This record gives sequence, C-alpha cells and structure tokens, in this order.
Amino acid sequence: MSYFLEQVLNGLSYGLVLSLIAAGFAIVFTSTGVLNFAHGSIVLLGAYLVAVLHEGIGFWPAVLVGLAGAALVGVAINAVLVRNLADKGPDTAAILMLGVDIVLLTELTRRIGNQVLTLGAPWGASVVRLGDISLPTGRVLAAGVTVVAFAGLWYLFSRTDLGVGMRAAAADGPTASLMGIRLSRTAATGWALAGVLAAVAGVFLTSFPAPGVAPTVALSALAAIPAWVLGGFDSVPGAVVGGLVIGLTSALVTGYEAQLEPFLGTGFGEVAPYVVMIVVLLVRPSGLLGSKEAVRV
Amino acid sequence: MSDLPKKLAGAVLLLIALALPFVLTDFWLQTGLFVMATAIGAVGLTLLVGVAGQLSLGHAAFAAIGAYVYAWTSGEATGSVAGLGLPPVLGLLLAALAAAGVGAAFSPVAGRLRGIYLGLATLGLVFVVRHLVVNLEDWTGGFVGRSVQPFAVGGFSFSNRDPDYLAIAGVEFEGLHRLWYLFLALAVAAIWLAANIRNGRTGRAWANVRDSETAAAAMGIGVAGAKRSAFVVSSGYAGLTGAMLALAYGRVAPDVFSLTASIDFLVMIVLGGLGSVAGAVVGAVFVTSLPLVLAQYSSSLPFLAAPGSGGLEASTASRIVYGLAIIAVLVFVRGGLAGLARRRLTPSAAPSPTRTPVDDGQPATVNPPRSKETTR
Repeated sequence: MSYFLEQVLNGLSYGLVLSLIAAGFAIVFTSTGVLNFAHGSIVLLGAYLVAVLHEGIGFWPAVLVGLAGAALVGVAINAVLVRNLADKGPDTAAILMLGVDIVLLTELTRRIGNQVLTLGAPWGASVVRLGDISLPTGRVLAAGVTVVAFAGLWYLFSRTDLGVGMRAAAADGPTASLMGIRLSRTAATGWALAGVLAAVAGVFLTSFPAPGVAPTVALSALAAIPAWVLGGFDSVPGAVVGGLVIGLTSALVTGYEAQLEPFLGTGFGEVAPYVVMIVVLLVRPSGLLGSKEAVRV
Repeated sequence: MSDLPKKLAGAVLLLIALALPFVLTDFWLQTGLFVMATAIGAVGLTLLVGVAGQLSLGHAAFAAIGAYVYAWTSGEATGSVAGLGLPPVLGLLLAALAAAGVGAAFSPVAGRLRGIYLGLATLGLVFVVRHLVVNLEDWTGGFVGRSVQPFAVGGFSFSNRDPDYLAIAGVEFEGLHRLWYLFLALAVAAIWLAANIRNGRTGRAWANVRDSETAAAAMGIGVAGAKRSAFVVSSGYAGLTGAMLALAYGRVAPDVFSLTASIDFLVMIVLGGLGSVAGAVVGAVFVTSLPLVLAQYSSSLPFLAAPGSGGLEASTASRIVYGLAIIAVLVFVRGGLAGLARRRLTPSAAPSPTRTPVDDGQPATVNPPRSKETTR
C-alpha cells in the first residue's frame, strides 16, 4: 500500500512539473496562436543556464538568470521570427518553431556534449519521509512551487489589467486591439511567461531524482504535449488537470511495469501518455477543459 | 503559364536521371536512392499538409509500418524472426496498403481534427509504433532490427547477384544501379499520380476543405471524408517510402523511423513550398542529401571537424544549416522554393499577393475568420 501511495505522490508531483510546461504551451497558443515546438529546448535552455552559472554566481542568482534567459529567448523568437513570417498561419508557425527547435537543440547538445551537467541545487539528493513513504525533496519543493506559480497565474489572469487584456486578446484579437489593448505587448508577455514557467520546470526536471542536465531533457519535456492536448488547447486549468493525469499515468505504469509487462511490453511508461492523449482526442477532440471551436460564416 | 515548359523540364530531368547511374560513384548512387525514397514520402505529405491543410507528425510511423510489413512479408522465416516469403512485388504492394490501412484505422481522429490539432494527435503515433516495433521482436527483430530480402521480379534480382554480372555500355550494373531504376520508376509513378490527384476533383475538394470547411460543406464536399481520404493516401505514400528505405538500407531498425524522421519530411515540403509536388521533390533532395554529403566530405571541408574531436561535426553542422534553412524560407520566402520559382517564371503575376485559392493548389494567403484562432 505504501508503495502505491509513493507512486501516486511521485506521479502527482511529476505531473505538476509537466503542467508547468503544458501551461506554457497553452499560454503561447492562446496569446499568439503558435504551437511552440521549441518549448522543449527552452526548458533545456533554462536548466542549462543554471547548470553553467551556478558555480560562478551561486545557485539562486543562476536560477534568476535562467528564468530571465528563457523568457528573453521566447520574447525574441516571437518578435523577430513569428511576427515576420512570410505566410502567416498556425501551420507555418508550428513548422517555423520546429526549425527554431532544431537550431536551439543542436547548439545546446553541442555545448553539453556527452556529459551530464549537475545543477548544484541546494536540496541535493535529500529525501522527505512521511511515515513509511519517502519522496525526494526536489519533488516536494516542485509541487509547492508549482502550486504557488499557478496561484500567481490565476491572480494575473483574473485580477490584473494585463492578464485580463491577454484573455481579451486571446478571445478576439482585433476587437481587443480596438479597445486599446496592445497586442504586441500581450503577445510578448505570453511568451515571457511561458519561458519563465519552462525554466522553472527545467530546474525541477534536471535535479534529483533526475541525473542532471542532458539533451534528453528536451525530449522528456515533449511528454507535456499530451498533458496540454488532454487538458484543452486554450485552457491553463486544463493544463494542470492534464499534467496530473499524465504524471499519474506514467508513474503508475512505470511503477508497476513488472506486472504490466506481459501485456504491454517493456518501456510502456514512455508511450502511455500518448495513448491516453489519442484516446481522449477520440472522445473529446477539444480536450477535457478546452473550449469548442466555433466557426463564423 | 502553359504546361509545355513544365513538361519539357520534366522530360529533361527524367533523361538526366536515367543517365546518371552510368557516371555516378557508389556513394552518390546510394544518396540518390535515399533521395528518391524520401521524395515519395514528401510528395505524399505535401498532398496532406499543403493541399488538404492537415498537419501530420506521424509520417515516420507509417514509413515504419511500410518498412516492417515489407521485411516481414517478403522475408524468409529464420530462427529469430518470422517471414512469409511472399514475392517482393507483393510485399511492396502490401507495405503501401498496410500503411494506408492503418491510416484508415486512424481516420476517426483524422476525419475530425483540423490542422495542427491533427499534427499533435499523430505525434503520438510515432511513439506508439516505435513501442510496438521494439516489443514485437518475433516479427521486427526488436532494437537490432532485421535484414531485408532484396527486391526481385521473375528471377531478376535487384542486388549484386542473380544475374551475378550484368553490364550495359561497359558499366557494370550492380545492386545500386538496378535499384536506381526501380526507385526511379516508382518515384515517377508516385509523382505522376500525386500531380493528377492534386489537379483533379479529389485534390480540389481537399484544397477547398483547407481554405474553408464551411464553404466546402456548403458546396457538397463531405468534409470528414475529404480529410480522411487525404490522410489515407498520404499514409500509403509513407508506407511505400518505408519499404524503399528498407530496400536501400538492406536492413530495418527502429531508429530510422524516429520523430526526427517525421520532422524531416515536414521540412522537405516546407522548404519546397507547401502543396507543390515538384517542391517536395526538391526539398527531399536537399534534406536527405545534405547530412550524407557533409559527412562524406567532412575531411575536406575546412570548417568541419572529425567526429569526437570537439569541433563542429558534420552531423551538427547539417542540422544547424537546415534548421536555419527552415527559418529563412518561412520568414523570407512566401510559398517556399516553388513560390519563388513561380514568381520568377511569371513576372506579370509576381507583385500581386492575391491569388485564387483553389486553382494553383497553394494555400490561400488570406485565412477565413475563425474565432479562437488569431494570427498576428
């Protein structure tokens, strides 16, 4: 029983980290209509900056630089590339981001090479014990930080002019623009927010129990895509729900792999999120909490 | 523009392609085989993405299905892997049909989702198929893969044997030369078919669905059916590509059909210009040959370092070059290389950005208004 509880708690905390990334996908998508395939590389970039800088300037300043760096890169991608696309449209923007991802990821992979960089997180490999359940401190901290981050997002989107403006711009860009909302500013804010969330997720994805910063982190950040799709393309609360579902699924499938192996084969944990995503899309094409698309004629 | 210059150019290119095996070295022949195989997949994908407006990231999954179905149906059963030992021609046909069939099985999703939503759903297919390939070891050989039976028609084998020695005009025709003509025939047939589909009733229906589902439905086009058929056709093309890749490698292994391969197909059609069949072929030439050529000549290129020496390696350089190529084409060139060529060749039409959406098979520049979808 305690093994089961441990897997559930592990899955929930991992799911919360995924939901940070998934929320980044959702925010960029609603604020600029771009499917950000480079998001995984931005997660890696944030973690990479922390790993490189922590010895020189200390861990916490390095985290600040990592957050700022990831946010800046996102804003720059939007301002320089996305807004200057020759054929504007969601499909070409998505493919553009694939190109950005290839360049970013190749360069980061070249810099990291075969090594696994350590993050230098002060919580190290310590473990929190609750009765006979033990959880890595990093995971507990991740859950706490994520809850705070989502509380902040809720405040931003419901209580501040900027956040309400972003929602208005997402709902109807031209009308929002006529009401005096600067679309370039809401778009830049969206990309910056997504970058910050990605860097936070990057820090937690690369500290204990994960070995450290390696190029595969960008790929594991892709596991947030099912979480995002599951929750609904344009919904931040959906991203949280999706993240938790995917986190639980992969933790339980991986935790009970020995029992599941005869039917599902080895390594099903990596595939399970995508299977869940396809099944949900079959039943609800717009995700669990996403708004249905309406077409004006 | 009349069709004559286009047809002349096609005929000249075909003659050149027919003559190339007489002069090329083995490395370039091998590269050519990969280019022709991936060109077919790119043409199929451009029908789906460029003409029907549906994004797919699952092309590698269908290529994998084609490759493994060919290897399984045409291969002999051995101690480690199963095989049906069917004639290779039948195997090739079954490979394309199986991939199309799986595409059809995915149609409840493919018919309902639009554009990038479908792209995300198909992303899952790559991982699911890879999982199956790794786990169904009795058919696929697992991680290490399995070897592939060479193609043969009526006792004539497209390999170095049977007949052991064959020479035309003093040039010995080995497996690579023979496969070249097989692939060329397949590529020409696939391109011809794709061009006809695009310009015919089906292609026009797809383009109409791409430009506006509502308008298409109002004109009597079954929207879900059109999206489904585009997906099935494109899957079949991918299956053929997979089988051809298996033949060109002589082996199939799961790593060939990763997510990267799916992205490569997308890059080909974007560089070439979405919806353009010729553009897809040009894109395939660039994307497929760039890493091979850079790797082959890395020792003689001054800015490249040997693998493992810590400098800029050929594989890294080629990935960065083509990442930048995608960005440059999307930001600076409207309609990809095909759009560029069209504007160069027909200067009178060049300055005007307004085009009739359906008649040239290219995506319309103006998107219909949709709520929940703002582009800026």
